[in-house]
Amino acid sequence: MASMIGSKVERKEDKKFLTGKGRYTADINFANQTYAYFVRSPHARAQIKSVDISKASKSKGVIKILTGEDLANDKIGGLIAGWKIVSQDGKDMKVPPHPPLAKDSVNYVGDHVAVVIAETLEQAKDAADLVNVNYKILKAVVNTSDAMKSEAIYEGIDQNLCFDFGLGDKGKAEEAFSKAEKVVSIDLVNNRLIPNAMEPRASIGDYNPSSEELTLYTTNQNPHLTRLVLSAFNGIAPEHKFRVVAPDVGGGFGSKIYPYAEDAVVAWAAKKIEKPVKWVAERTESFLSDCHGRDHITHAQLALQKDGKITGLKVETIANIGAYASLFATVTPTYLYAPLVLGLYNIPVAFCNVKAVFTNTAPVDAYRGAGRPEATYMIERLIEKAAKELGMDRAEFRVKNFINKFPHQQCLVHNIDSGDYSAHLNKALELSDYKNFEKRKSESASKGKLRGIGFSTYIEACGIAPSAVVMSIGAGVGLWESAEIRFNATGNVSVFTGAHSHGQGHDTTFAQIVSDKLGVALENIELIHGDTDKGPFGMGTYGSRSLAVGGTAIVKACDKIIDKGKKVAAKMLEAKPEEIDFKSGEFVVKNSNKKKTIGEIAFACYLPGQYGEIKSPLPEGVEPGLKETAFYDPINFSFPAGTHICEVEVDPNTGETKVVTYTAVDDFGTVINPMIVEGQVHGGVVQGIGQALYENAHYDKSGQLTTASYMDYAMPRADNFPEFKIAYTSTPATSNPLGVKGCGEAGAIAAPPAVINAVVDAINTEISMPATSEKVWDALQNKKSNREAA
Amino acid sequence: MQEVRLEVNGKRISKDVPDQTLLSELLRDILNLTGTHIGCDTSQCGACVVHVDGKSVKSCTVLAADINDSKITTIEGLSQNGKLHPMQEAFKKHHGLQCGFCTPGMVMSAIDLLKNKKNPSDQEIRDWLEGNICRCTGYQNIVAAVKEAANKS
Repeated sequence: MASMIGSKVERKEDKKFLTGKGRYTADINFANQTYAYFVRSPHARAQIKSVDISKASKSKGVIKILTGEDLANDKIGGLIAGWKIVSQDGKDMKVPPHPPLAKDSVNYVGDHVAVVIAETLEQAKDAADLVNVNYKILKAVVNTSDAMKSEAIYEGIDQNLCFDFGLGDKGKAEEAFSKAEKVVSIDLVNNRLIPNAMEPRASIGDYNPSSEELTLYTTNQNPHLTRLVLSAFNGIAPEHKFRVVAPDVGGGFGSKIYPYAEDAVVAWAAKKIEKPVKWVAERTESFLSDCHGRDHITHAQLALQKDGKITGLKVETIANIGAYASLFATVTPTYLYAPLVLGLYNIPVAFCNVKAVFTNTAPVDAYRGAGRPEATYMIERLIEKAAKELGMDRAEFRVKNFINKFPHQQCLVHNIDSGDYSAHLNKALELSDYKNFEKRKSESASKGKLRGIGFSTYIEACGIAPSAVVMSIGAGVGLWESAEIRFNATGNVSVFTGAHSHGQGHDTTFAQIVSDKLGVALENIELIHGDTDKGPFGMGTYGSRSLAVGGTAIVKACDKIIDKGKKVAAKMLEAKPEEIDFKSGEFVVKNSNKKKTIGEIAFACYLPGQYGEIKSPLPEGVEPGLKETAFYDPINFSFPAGTHICEVEVDPNTGETKVVTYTAVDDFGTVINPMIVEGQVHGGVVQGIGQALYENAHYDKSGQLTTASYMDYAMPRADNFPEFKIAYTSTPATSNPLGVKGCGEAGAIAAPPAVINAVVDAINTEISMPATSEKVWDALQNKKSNREAA
Repeated sequence: MQEVRLEVNGKRISKDVPDQTLLSELLRDILNLTGTHIGCDTSQCGACVVHVDGKSVKSCTVLAADINDSKITTIEGLSQNGKLHPMQEAFKKHHGLQCGFCTPGMVMSAIDLLKNKKNPSDQEIRDWLEGNICRCTGYQNIVAAVKEAANKS
């Protein structure tokens, strides 16, 4: 059997999706189900003086209306921040309470005030209109840069400051800058984005009064953790009486890693009324209440020698985390961001300060890349600016500062095990035909267009994460992963993983690993995930961790199967276990033709003994059955890296910017399924270009989200892009047996600086994201008027 | 209430539905054809595209009672005798889908494109699919799939 690793296998999961048989949460219905509709705050900041449900309760079809007071009476806990950050002064971060239904105050437009449960959705909506909430409207804090100077939103949280975090050696960094021969600085805004998985969030609570078991069907990337949090912190139901199912999930991008208020409320309500309760978000509700991403303001400085060698880095960032601290909100702009500000350069000293602020906007949490896109945008914009100011070629300047010996202990946190940064840079230079750029620029100029080129050489830390390390820096959980391999008596295999697939193709990639390890045909392997009642506890899918951590757990479980199989084969073949080799699905006695297939061994494990033709005695002390579980805690992060090169053409008459070529060369270590990896790169790059040119979440001064539909929030569409050029280099990871590094976020991390560097190169003036036609045109006009004035 | 009579995936149906029932709601909530997805409230995303008398239509823009006696094809009605439609095959071969949510609408739109234009260029495919938003694939493999289906038809 040919190796499955590196094989372009068509996806096992495709047929159901292509024939309309996918089963997403909104597709699930129960016979006596009821419908939930949330009463949400229309104000960014207000005191709740009273909630009057008397009229609404009498409305047709209404079964129950629940408010923040009911929630408090039932002692349902608040949503939690899962990662404790300690400020530079040694004090713990400050977080406000976050009840799933607000009782005393609302803090962003879309905040949850009450839930109406009725026999039909229309009835629930009609009644929601009759819920009379008396608000005392307060002045909203909206702007990231003004938040610390504004009135405190919460009592006891001065300056709206969640924490003031520092990483690195401030003294040494200052010293490097005092000795610097050249200092380059940059001011950046990393625009707020809305994740926009195409499937809107949904939850269904279903309570069984007989068994007292509660089931929550939900659009989630991480069902076990969701159950744990809802059980331990919200007190919805004890874990052993609580099942969380995340069936087919239509994209996540980080926005579905954790439970939301609606999950807690729907599950609690279902138990309370003893009927299934279904809630499906309308798209505008998704815009308002899905956690947003990014939203940083940064000032960064690079210290250099005249010859272009980097000697130090200082970064100051204000991160807007919205109205409440969502589950991963505090780690995203700290440990997922600050260690990565070094990029893939050998920078001897650095200091990064991050102030996280509360505002009256939707909570901000992990979004594809989570912290790493923000770090990469900062360093890659700064690097390109430095090269230009030094008069050095952008590629040459990078190579001069690349880390080139591995392992490399960076000055902040990470110990990078492997990489070859010049390899992917050189391949990208070739593939993008960098040497002929000036010629293409002249051709564009002859058509009246401004052409620019931009680079991004990025690194990310994936495969999150060694539990001991992350728990020592504030994580509320370990970040290992589980796998269980159940060989069935007839020789086919059920594989359980704690990871969750919502587009990544785990059903196929993970089956390829099992097929390769155990020699079982792909069609006889089934991957099962997304149901806390089925597989062992797992930590879910995010941060490009599934393959590096979950895939490794599968390898470990396969190894245990092989170990047991060798013992059983030895007995059946009258040899010693150490004399048995296992290869391509067969246990063979060394130097002989005596062998048993893994299918025969599985059969023997389930039918141990002699019965007619069946002769399968198990060795003494070996238990029947063939099922193994492995929990894998990674020893290090993995470090994918790559070079992306973008070329844009700007029409100076309209400001319209078009990406004309885009080249991505990535080092993901070992690639299991190149077709799936390529798809991940395409999708990530489009999200990254979306951030750079189109997407922006905008709140007006009063805190109203003015981009709350697809009419106003510019999603990247098919006609926005050229065909991308994709290639790979490979330095396998040394931290896991597969050598894999992770590929899910790379495009979203690498693309924004590549695109903006190209736009800046084209128009020769600074521009902020998204570089819309209007902004680019304005920048060109300002440049022109400045020139005329001078 | 209004009586709605349609042929859906080759089967005659007749239902009494509230006046305001959208075709997308009829398909999903009454006929249990949940392959047609709802991704927005503003007829922007294209996840709900079906064929009405052979033409691609966003089913959230159509009142069910307005199209009596039409023939509707949804994603569930594409494959014949267990054999995938060439467009479905091409999406599979070229990895034109990831989470699968936009896929039904995308496939239904793409099939209509090929009815209008036999061998579309990359740009024509991209322009046609402008009304179908996909957040996963970056569109490149969808374009490749549509080209393949065009070559085979």
